[in-house]
Amino acid sequence: MGLEAKNLSFRYSKKQPWILKDCNVTVERGQRLAIFAPSGYGKTTLSMLLAGYLEPVEGQVLLDGKPLPGKGICPVQMILQHPERAVNPRWRLRRVLEESGTLKEEMLRDFGIERAWLDRFPRELSGGELQRFCVARALMSGGEYLICDEISTMLDVITQAQIWQVVLDEAKKRNMGLIAVTHNYYLAERIATGILDLTAENVD
Amino acid sequence: MEQKKETLLEIHDLSISFRMYHQGLEQKELQVISDLYLTIYPGEIVAVAGSSGSGKSLLASAILGLLPGNATVHGHLHYQGQELTPERQRRLRGREIALVPQSVAYLDPLMKIGPQTDGHEKSRSPERRRQLFARFGLPEETEGLYPFQLSGGMARRVLVSTALLTDARLVIADEPTPGMSLDQALEALGMFREMADEGRAVILITHDIDLAFEFADRVAVFYGGTTVETAPASDFKKGPEALRHPYSKALWSALPQNGFHPIPGFQPYPGDLPEGCLFAPRCPLKTAECTAAVPPVQEIRGGEVRCYHGT
Amino acid sequence: MRLGNRRKKLILLTVVMALIFIAIYAFGILIPEEEIAGSFLEARRPPSPSHPFGTDALGRDLLLRTFKGLSVSLTVGFAASAVSAVIAILVGIGAAAGARWVDGVMNWVIDLVMGVPHTILIILISFSAGRGLKGLLIGIAATHWCSLARLIRGEVLQLQSQPYIAVSRKLGKSSGWILVHHLLPHLLPQFFVGLILMLPHAILHEASISFLGFGLPPEQPAIGIILSESMGYLSAGLWWPALLPGLTLVLLVLLVDNLGEQLQKLLDPSSAQE
Repeated sequence: MGLEAKNLSFRYSKKQPWILKDCNVTVERGQRLAIFAPSGYGKTTLSMLLAGYLEPVEGQVLLDGKPLPGKGICPVQMILQHPERAVNPRWRLRRVLEESGTLKEEMLRDFGIERAWLDRFPRELSGGELQRFCVARALMSGGEYLICDEISTMLDVITQAQIWQVVLDEAKKRNMGLIAVTHNYYLAERIATGILDLTAENVD
Repeated sequence: MEQKKETLLEIHDLSISFRMYHQGLEQKELQVISDLYLTIYPGEIVAVAGSSGSGKSLLASAILGLLPGNATVHGHLHYQGQELTPERQRRLRGREIALVPQSVAYLDPLMKIGPQTDGHEKSRSPERRRQLFARFGLPEETEGLYPFQLSGGMARRVLVSTALLTDARLVIADEPTPGMSLDQALEALGMFREMADEGRAVILITHDIDLAFEFADRVAVFYGGTTVETAPASDFKKGPEALRHPYSKALWSALPQNGFHPIPGFQPYPGDLPEGCLFAPRCPLKTAECTAAVPPVQEIRGGEVRCYHGT
Repeated sequence: MRLGNRRKKLILLTVVMALIFIAIYAFGILIPEEEIAGSFLEARRPPSPSHPFGTDALGRDLLLRTFKGLSVSLTVGFAASAVSAVIAILVGIGAAAGARWVDGVMNWVIDLVMGVPHTILIILISFSAGRGLKGLLIGIAATHWCSLARLIRGEVLQLQSQPYIAVSRKLGKSSGWILVHHLLPHLLPQFFVGLILMLPHAILHEASISFLGFGLPPEQPAIGIILSESMGYLSAGLWWPALLPGLTLVLLVLLVDNLGEQLQKLLDPSSAQE
């Protein structure tokens, strides 16, 4: 049970090589799994498959034994590597948050969001500050699982530590299942209860 | 330090501001870099660390003369002892000073990788390029591909190769390693090291500071658009006691391998900078003088620090 | 404060444009036909203080006729551009968001319309639509939407690949919701710039078709008709009926075109702050 990926394979068309082949991942609620993989492995593709952003060509992603729902709020939410691309540049950040539900004031403090930021546009905030909004938006939707695709790679180390503190606190509080894809081994050790090293498995 | 030799690049009191629309019709000057200093000697790698928005990438653009039209630059930029004028920047960039750009979007989408890395100058023999590609683990077919056919990590390696193939005396690498595996990142940084050992110099702008410490000679820490500390890279390996500025210490302690402890607060915004020391609002050592005036640069134990309480 | 930054220039230009438009319309509506009727005693007068643009062969004041004509041209141009821009946004969104074959058909139609010279196409369409004002309107509206439609199609395709659209879908938002809240606000500026840049084309096409005799009937005081008439008098040494109304038309078109370009630069992020 939990979130299960079975023999996932993906390629964009039949003419192109496999980006991902026979990949298996399982995580349950309350677990935090760090996926450590080399460049070119298809980490982002794997994250997108797990969160339902892409459909696998072979294999399937199961949530408690059933496929991910196609409509409605997805219980598996994903946080992307580049927060500036994950928010509509023409929206004020209050609206960005409200896309995922009603804004509760006490939540802002938990996510380290200053109230003044709500009335700004995305380009007026730094990457680290925007990433807090993306974290908040994903968690406000009431998701049960969170996929983090290199969410702190573009951030400085202080902001990285700040963001992860928020994510880990919330994940523990809500007993969420978490998958963190990263290239940083020290980070993987810090945040996860288990590490899946895909370097060991062979592609092709 | 024994570095009494000639500097390759000298920057001091550099400020950059942008003219932006503020509200409706009013345009206002937005100061993004203030009193920045940085000195590069031949034969060294200087890592530039700091959060995004601290002015790292802007520095690269300022050195190369690639700032947009609404930017104003004040201060001193000297290359090999002579002032770096816009005409000189045009002459030097791509030849004497090379850039490894941050974004893959800098590759010409309509040009195959091979000819693109060889450059538009007199055609170089592809031999060195092929060797370099092999060292980076780029398959031989890569030279016949177009940029859109590359993965992010491959494109990043191509960008680094492009700069390594020039005879530039100064390479500015803006975040060259994200998207590379550890091995590839080590390979790339190792090649920068070789370049430096040949007497050339590298400015390494990076978030992966733990890697940078291993390869760099000195580290410059930027915060809010100014230099807060420059120190020998070895000090960063020793730990916070060897560092001088409280922000550098905070950076060290926030690394996942060193405690993962974040300090609270945020970097100030251009246009909303605090009086005096830019780090004061988040600083554990803050006193009245910190908020009164910008601290001067002082030399402490072979490094420079902009702090009243530097140790 | 530096005077005359781009935003200020734009506002000034917009105000000037608006005043000119209102003036032209007011002229067109308020000036009674009798004023223009003129008399043979005054025929063929070169420009003078009482007739700044001179008079034509029938003794009509050319300044009044020019403005009357421009008001018709502007009405035709504006109505046709508006219809054309709406077609463009519908086709653009349809092509980008619809099935693959819809995209194929739309692109084929765009290529077809763009492949035939506009002047000929407008003449053909306005003929088959019953000539006169209605035919001309339909002809111009049916031919000017192509490049804007293509632009909007590209924009929608690019927007749809944005991660925030995918995030929105995973937050449970429907395609319709995404179209209204994410896509359309992005497209509106493109729409307005496209509309304004289309306007001078439409006006010039209206004038040239009327000039060629395929557009508005000779009794309409359209600018194309004035220019067409004046050609006959050029050889007789009457230079003003051709030059002055023609110059006014060119100035008006340049002004509208400049307004569109200023707007475009302001909306383009790479030049917005200059």
